[in-house]
Amino acid sequence: MPQYAVLIYERVPPEELPAEVMRAHEQLPSRIAELGGREVAGMGLAPDSTATSIRGGVVTDGPFIETKEVLAGVFVIEARDLDHALALAKLTPIADGGVEVRPLVGFEVTESG
Amino acid sequence: MSSIEQAVADAHRREWAYVLAATVRVTRDLDAAEEAVQDAYVQALRTWARDGVPARPGAWLTTVARRVALNALRRRQTLEAKLPLLLEPAAAEPAEDGGIPDDRLRLVFTCCHPALAAEAQVALTLRLVCGVPTADIARAFLVAEPTMAARITRAKKKIATARIRYAVPAPNELPERVDAVLTVIHLLYATGHTAGSGDTLQRDELTGRALDLARLLHALLPAEREVAGLLALLLVHHARRDTRTGTDGRLLRLAEQDRSRWDGALIAESDQLIVAALRAGPPGRFTLQAAIAALHAQAPSYAETDWPQIRTLYDELLRIWPSPVVALNRAVAVSMVDGPQAGLDEIDALERDGRLAGYRYLPATKAELLHRLGRDSEAVVAYQAALALADNATEHEFLTERLRSATDSAQPGTRVP
Repeated sequence: MPQYAVLIYERVPPEELPAEVMRAHEQLPSRIAELGGREVAGMGLAPDSTATSIRGGVVTDGPFIETKEVLAGVFVIEARDLDHALALAKLTPIADGGVEVRPLVGFEVTESG
Repeated sequence: MSSIEQAVADAHRREWAYVLAATVRVTRDLDAAEEAVQDAYVQALRTWARDGVPARPGAWLTTVARRVALNALRRRQTLEAKLPLLLEPAAAEPAEDGGIPDDRLRLVFTCCHPALAAEAQVALTLRLVCGVPTADIARAFLVAEPTMAARITRAKKKIATARIRYAVPAPNELPERVDAVLTVIHLLYATGHTAGSGDTLQRDELTGRALDLARLLHALLPAEREVAGLLALLLVHHARRDTRTGTDGRLLRLAEQDRSRWDGALIAESDQLIVAALRAGPPGRFTLQAAIAALHAQAPSYAETDWPQIRTLYDELLRIWPSPVVALNRAVAVSMVDGPQAGLDEIDALERDGRLAGYRYLPATKAELLHRLGRDSEAVVAYQAALALADNATEHEFLTERLRSATDSAQPGTRVP
């Protein structure tokens, strides 16, 4: 099945995410499987206050692009097509933000052990 | 134009979507299918001149286009690996016209997929479903041809790369997806109906295409009540199309239009659709808008319009579709039932709401009501605000004249700066 990245953008810093959102994240792989998809990989990011950016060799404090909704996590799913991927992405637990769905370019992410 | 050229042009208008949709099934690539179909129409010009117009031009064109596509595929197969469009398993599908299934709905739903930008949905629908050349689409939307070409290319690329299915949505997704298609068709009509800028108020090509699309969709999805509702709405608009401007090109208000020139046959057709849709279940936003437009179309005069019924329909429309534009139109109906002050109160509330800031019809409507109340110096200010927002020459002229009339009625000493 083709793979899509689901980018999670949140206004709420990761350490302040409500407990029910965190619990929902733990249940996400099985809910995705119930709809016939698969979560291939998932990762949560530390707050953007911990980010360091490098642009043209210059190192600066902070995220690469300043936005109100900060990239908070990424996961990779397998889905039949865009409609299926969007249905799976809608399961993503969100406190105050949203997700972006992008098809991955012709290589497969494998689960790290 | 020779009779053969006319026959090919007719077949282009009537059969393009059918031929392209069937050819996509062979190529699984929109660009390759378009090329093959264009080639088939060129061959039709030559062959039909020699052998006569075939009994079923659509079937003839489809057979030729698919043969052209297959030959091209054989030549290219080893050269490139493309991202194929995602087709549903082709099993157990109703076949028409010599075994070729009618895939036009797949084409329509693919072009109007909500993951594509609204402007791209409109452009793709015109290009792929109606077969309108990119240059003409660009002209209709007042952008440069390369800009429009890039917009269409980007959308096609997203369909393939993000894997938007070439398919009719599942029944549970159908209402939402049908609504997206209807929105595209309505936008197309609205663009042609009142050009946002430029000198002509209507662009007949666009309104005609939108009407064709609505008819096509209604034929393909006869049970969808909102499709009937949209078709009815466009028919009523179309029935009034020749009376919207005077002989001098001036914009005429509904109250001033010559009702004897409205197209009675279109209004009757629309009425049948509305009655059937209303009987079949609770009305959606297009059916309600059509019912409102039809009440206007059937009234003997502006004053004798069934305003209480129109207000009731607007109440219901606002309930299912809480849009500030609907609220503004409802305010006009309120003013006709309860007087201009009641309408003005609604408009004041809308102004405070702020969502219609920059929408030219808000100050224009407010000005009309102030004018009716005899508060002409305030009306002058509102007309000036509307004028600053109007960029269509015909509308500009209309508002200028209304401003002049309000200025004349204003208290002596009131001057228009």
